[in-house]
Amino acid sequence: MAGDAGSVLKVSVWRSSGPGGVAAGDGRFETFEVPRQPSQTVLDVVTHIQRHCDPTLGYRFACRVGVCGSCAMVVNGEARWTCRTHVDKVAEGGRLEVAPLRNLPVIRDLATDMSAFFDKWARARGQFSGTRSRQEPFAVVEPQSEERRQVDLGIECIGCGVCYSSCDVVEWKPDYLGPAAMNRAWTLVNDVRDTARRERLAAVAGDAGCHACHTHMSCTERCPKHLPLTSAIAGLKRETTRALLRGEL
Amino acid sequence: MSPRAQAGLWFAQRMSAVVLAFAVVVHLATMIYAVRSGLSAAEILDRTRGNLPWFLFYAGFVVAIAVHLPIGLRNVIAETLGWRGRLLEACTAALAAGLLAWGLRAAWAVYAPGGA
Amino acid sequence: MSSRAWRSRNHPAYWAFLVHRVSGLALAAFLPLHFWALGQALSGPAALDGFLSWADHPAVKLAEFGLVVALAAHLAGGLRLLALEFLPWREWQKSLFAASVAAALAAGLLFALNVG
Repeated sequence: MAGDAGSVLKVSVWRSSGPGGVAAGDGRFETFEVPRQPSQTVLDVVTHIQRHCDPTLGYRFACRVGVCGSCAMVVNGEARWTCRTHVDKVAEGGRLEVAPLRNLPVIRDLATDMSAFFDKWARARGQFSGTRSRQEPFAVVEPQSEERRQVDLGIECIGCGVCYSSCDVVEWKPDYLGPAAMNRAWTLVNDVRDTARRERLAAVAGDAGCHACHTHMSCTERCPKHLPLTSAIAGLKRETTRALLRGEL
Repeated sequence: MSPRAQAGLWFAQRMSAVVLAFAVVVHLATMIYAVRSGLSAAEILDRTRGNLPWFLFYAGFVVAIAVHLPIGLRNVIAETLGWRGRLLEACTAALAAGLLAWGLRAAWAVYAPGGA
Repeated sequence: MSSRAWRSRNHPAYWAFLVHRVSGLALAAFLPLHFWALGQALSGPAALDGFLSWADHPAVKLAEFGLVVALAAHLAGGLRLLALEFLPWREWQKSLFAASVAAALAAGLLFALNVG
């Protein structure tokens, strides 16, 4: 198979045409040849290119083990964590195509500017608001309660941007909050200690929020942590509707 | 348009969808039954002329369509053409009014006893 | 940007969306014609029959079949969406798209058999 030592991988890598702040579509694919290694990941391949073929290649990574969420790229058309994607799994006929995440401006080559992505977490009222101070005892959240279980479903998000890159609604409506920000809002809506429920539901309602979701489920399909993102957005649709009918929106 | 109003549109489209789900099942069944021996004006009008329950059914059907369709089309237009704001809302409202009038005229046409 | 851009959309929920959008647009385009045709009855059964005889052309019959399938598909896909949006998340909802396609084709087949 492709994993044979001694064989060579042909890798098309997206190169932006100028340094800094270029539009996502401004650039071209450049092909590199990379020796195959056993258990090689896509991040290994990109690192090899930068170290041995072209030191000017720009990309981002940190932990290399699927914890930090900084190395996501579009590999053969699908957004993935490159550190947790084995070449064996995605290479086709000894070829790979590596591009930056969609729906975000490219800083350089494979590195995107994720500011807009995280700004939307803030706009979705993604901050916790509580009432207790550090002098008071811990709040007790019943682990078996329905709310806590809903929180458990979404809490493992590490903000890699794979869902955001895979979402067509983000592409169609640039102010759309996107799956990750709304998943965050949904975990807080279910946090029994939180006091900002009303403002949060108002923040995620409407055409830039949950009501623009078409249930394409590309986010859920692609999430490396298999979080039920579409379900979280549907939860927000139900809760905002309830608030609307009560006159609280 | 405020996020609250947009949420209201979403809900109106879902609720009209529930009404349409029932109406379309009845409509499909009637249609499949009606075409067995070929369509003729006499046969259609025989069923609908002066028949108040059918008229009320079709009138309700039209109202639900006039709510459901413009909201859906509004989304498609906003997503593919990028229209926003006043222009989009005006088109949506005009489409709703047009469908309502045009559809109720059709329902009346097959109901009105003896023709107009 | 990439020739492989459609790969990440190749999954059942995205296909369900495409079917829902295309069928919705087809129905939206057809409805004004449908309302106009029924409105012909205002000028008496003969006018409606005039239209219905035009509708006897094989090409029109084929389009009618397409519309019946579109209506059934939009209905089934809409019920799927209501289940996904209003019911809590369950694994079985993943097979709803297959069920929707089956229902739409069944309605189309039933129509085609009866119209023949």
